Formats: sequence, C-alpha cells, structure tokens
Amino acid sequence: MNSIETKDVHLYYGDFHALKGITMAMKKNQVTAFIGPSGCGKSTYLRCFNRMNDLIDGVRIEGDILIDGTDIYKSDIQVDDLRKHVGMVFQKPNPFPKSIFENVAYGLRVNGTKDKKFIEERVERSLKQAALWDEVKDKLKKSAFELSGGQQQRLCIARALAIEPSVLLMDEPTSALDPLSTAKTEELIHQLKENYTIVIVTHNMQQAGRVSDYTAFFYLGELVEYAKTKTLFTNPKDQRTQNYITGRFG
Amino acid sequence: MSFGSNPSSNKSKRLSQSIAFFIFRLLSFAVVAILIVILGFILVRGISVISWDFLTEAPREGMTEGGIFPAIVGTLCLVAGSMLFAFPIGILSGIYINEYAKDSWFKRFVKLMTNNLAGIPSIVFGLFGMALFVHQFGFGDSILAGSLTLGLLALPVVIRTTEESLKAIDNSFRIGSLALGATKWQTTSRVVLPMAFPNIITGLILSIGRVSGETAPILFTVAAYFLPKLPTSIFDQVMALPYHLYVISTSGTNIEASRAMAYGTAFVLIVIVLVANLLANWLRRYFGNKVKMH
Repeated sequence: MNSIETKDVHLYYGDFHALKGITMAMKKNQVTAFIGPSGCGKSTYLRCFNRMNDLIDGVRIEGDILIDGTDIYKSDIQVDDLRKHVGMVFQKPNPFPKSIFENVAYGLRVNGTKDKKFIEERVERSLKQAALWDEVKDKLKKSAFELSGGQQQRLCIARALAIEPSVLLMDEPTSALDPLSTAKTEELIHQLKENYTIVIVTHNMQQAGRVSDYTAFFYLGELVEYAKTKTLFTNPKDQRTQNYITGRFG
Repeated sequence: MSFGSNPSSNKSKRLSQSIAFFIFRLLSFAVVAILIVILGFILVRGISVISWDFLTEAPREGMTEGGIFPAIVGTLCLVAGSMLFAFPIGILSGIYINEYAKDSWFKRFVKLMTNNLAGIPSIVFGLFGMALFVHQFGFGDSILAGSLTLGLLALPVVIRTTEESLKAIDNSFRIGSLALGATKWQTTSRVVLPMAFPNIITGLILSIGRVSGETAPILFTVAAYFLPKLPTSIFDQVMALPYHLYVISTSGTNIEASRAMAYGTAFVLIVIVLVANLLANWLRRYFGNKVKMH
C-alpha cells in the first residue's frame, strides 16, 4: 500500500526549475531514502510532503501529491492539519528553548490537547519510542539545551512522534551528529518503520544502504532511478546512478 | 627554515599590530574616561544638595530653595504615559514587520518610514505634538499631550528594537514549530517571542532612559515652569526634570543661587537613566538565563 504518491511534480523557485516532473510512490511502513548530489532537489521534494516550501517566497508547484489518498495541495487542506499528519525531523537538531518535557508536549499543546495525564503519558511514550527516555527521565524539567547533539536530535524525533503522524520526513537527520549518535538514530529508524512511513534524505550512501528499504536517486531535479535499496546499490540500471554510487561524481 | 630565525619582516608586522592595538585601546579608554568625567562632575557638584528634603519637597523661594519632588513625579508620569502608548503599538508593529509582512514594497516603505521617524529632531516632535495633541485634539498643555508626543519619539526605537530582536531568532525554531502543526501565531507567541523577550525588554528600557531625558518634545506640550503641586489627572500640566534643569540654569529668578539645585537635578536625572540601564542589563540576564539560549 502506498502512503505517498506524486504525479508529475514540477517545482519552480522563481525561474529556476528545481523539480522536473517527479512521479513516484512510497510504500506504507517502509523506509525510503533519497540520495543524490547537493542541489539535486531531494530535500526540496521532501519538503513538498508537508508543504514546507509554502514558506519560501516565489515557489510554484505543479502536479499532484497524495498522502494517504488525499491531495495535499487542494484548496480546502489546512496546512497545520497536514503537518500533524506528516512529521518532520531536520538536519540540525532544533529543540525549543523549553524543558525536555515541554519540547515533546509542544505539538500536543498547539493542537489543543489540555488533558494533563494524557500529555504526560504521551510524552513518556514518545521519549521511549525515540530511545531517549532512560537518559532523560530524571531531568524532564531541565532545559533541552543541556542535552548533547545526538540526544537533542532524538528529542526532536520524540517531539515529532508525540502528535502521532503517519509519515515521518527526515532531512539529513544525522549529518550534524557524531558516529555513535548516528548509529543510535539509525537503529531508531529501523524500529520506527513498524508504525510510520519514513522518508529520509541523506548524503551518506552507506546510511541509505543501512536504513532504507527503497532508494531513489535524484540528479539535477530529476528522479533518475528508484528501486529496492539492494537492487539500486548492487545493480543500478542508469549510468548516472552507477557513477554516483561508485563515487565518480557528487 | 625554523621558527627561531627572525626575519625582519615579521618584526615590522608585529610592530604594526602592537601600534594598532595600542591606538584602539587608548580610544576605548578615552570613551570610558569621558563618561567618568561627566558623571564625576555632576556627582561632585550635585551630591551636596541631595537630601531627603530635596527629593520630597516642592521648590521654594523662586526655585532657589526646596526640592524637585513635583519634577520627579512629573517625569515619572510622562515616562509611564509615553510607554503605555509606545510599547503596545511599537511591539506589535515590530512583530508584524518581522514575522508577518511579506517582503513587499509596503514592508520596505514601512521600514523606511520608521527609520526616518527615528531621525527627526526631537524639537520637531514637540512642535507637531503641540499642533496635534494640544490644539487640534484640545488636550491643552497636559500629561496626555506630553506623553503622546514622547511616545511618538520612542516609537521608532521600540519598533526597531523589537524587529531586530526577532530577526536574531534563528529560523529553524520557527520551522520546527510550524512542522509540528502550530499556526504562525502559536509559533510567534510560544516560541519566537519568549526567545526574543530579553532583548526586546532591554531595548524598551533603554528607550525609557532616552525619553526621561528629552526636553524639546515636552517644552510645548506639558512642561510647567513652576507648579509646586502634584497632578491629579492626565489633563494637568506637570514639571519635568529635564525642563526644570533648563529653567533653573537659564531663566530662573536667581540663576547663581539655584546653580547647586541645577546640579542636584542633573544628578537625579542621571541616576534615573542609570538605574533604567542597569535594570535593563539585569533583566536581560535574568530572562536570558530563563530562556537558556545556546
């Protein structure tokens, strides 16, 4: 079953044609990795799924993007509802200057949850899902900035999970982390796909190989090749994919 | 090649660095020295008249005796009034300009106008305040007219402070909040404003310092030459410290006799401004620790 489907998506930044007709489908409860050299459009494409590109002046999007069957660019879609459904984790950990607890509770509070007990339970569950609970359970009231970079990133993952999205977008989530934190985050991604559809942008091909079920290779705004991760890395069909994964450019 | 060998070019480049740093240091000290001299001058001459009576009594004997209590009260009223006017409008405009307005000709126009407003001489504000508030609106010479005029003067500072404080907040916090399904207003009020708050409040208090020392804007709109009673409504005139200082230094009945009073008044005015600045510093640290920036 497909969670995300896009049909002939074009995106323009002013005159710049950043995405050139991308049609692909991402399966439910699978991890899909986007790889490609810098500026190939993979992050831009990812940000279409929770309409983060709306925040940039001069962006124009054509084509259809369906998430769990709903056209997310239809005029009656409320972006805040969409973003509840499609969570996102960013390249640089960006916890709020609030306590650890309040960081995770934030998404619930802004979406109108007032029940204290419910919030407490959900915060605990999310921190457990993000494999952070044991490290922070005694200091939930402490500032999130006291955590290490790797812990902050897992906090951001917990924060995204707390509002129970069905899709989790990850934009190079480990590029600012040390190897140990990276390994922990990757392990986490493995566990999370049971309940979430995950799309991850990465610069690190080994990472794509380790965490993803499917991999898409982007180049100059085009989807060059999209296949099972194993197939794409061992038997790429396109010469450009071959060149990229063997390190000949990018 | 070794580090020990001592080519002469190295010597001269270190010398020029030493000279440059010496000049910078000297100039920094000069600035501090000037400030200390001014403060010391006022302090030494003014401290002798400072007493409980000076702070709590009205002037007497053609302003050569007594105190400056009505002027202190007047200045506090004007500061409070102008802030009640300038803070809400200024802060909300600043938020609008930085958080909401798209980069359009309108936003650029508003910013340009704000900057221009900041550059207008304060005596022009005084004249404008007299024409609009005193005469047109019929407030007369009053706390209300004076406060509004001072508020106009403070407005661009408040707007710019708010705008700059908000601009300093990294966009990743806004994006992080929006990505969790927060609306723009929730993002602004729950994440961005609390982070910007310490800097905003500093700017606000600095504008208080500025406003409390202004003379020209209150000259035609509120300040009384001699009024030894306290105001009872916002339509009353009041004495104010800066104007009182001007009066007893230039046009009192006996300027020589009131010289010490003038230094005492200056002393009180400076203390008010210094206390405001110290308070700004303390508040910024206090809230800064609470917010815990990186």
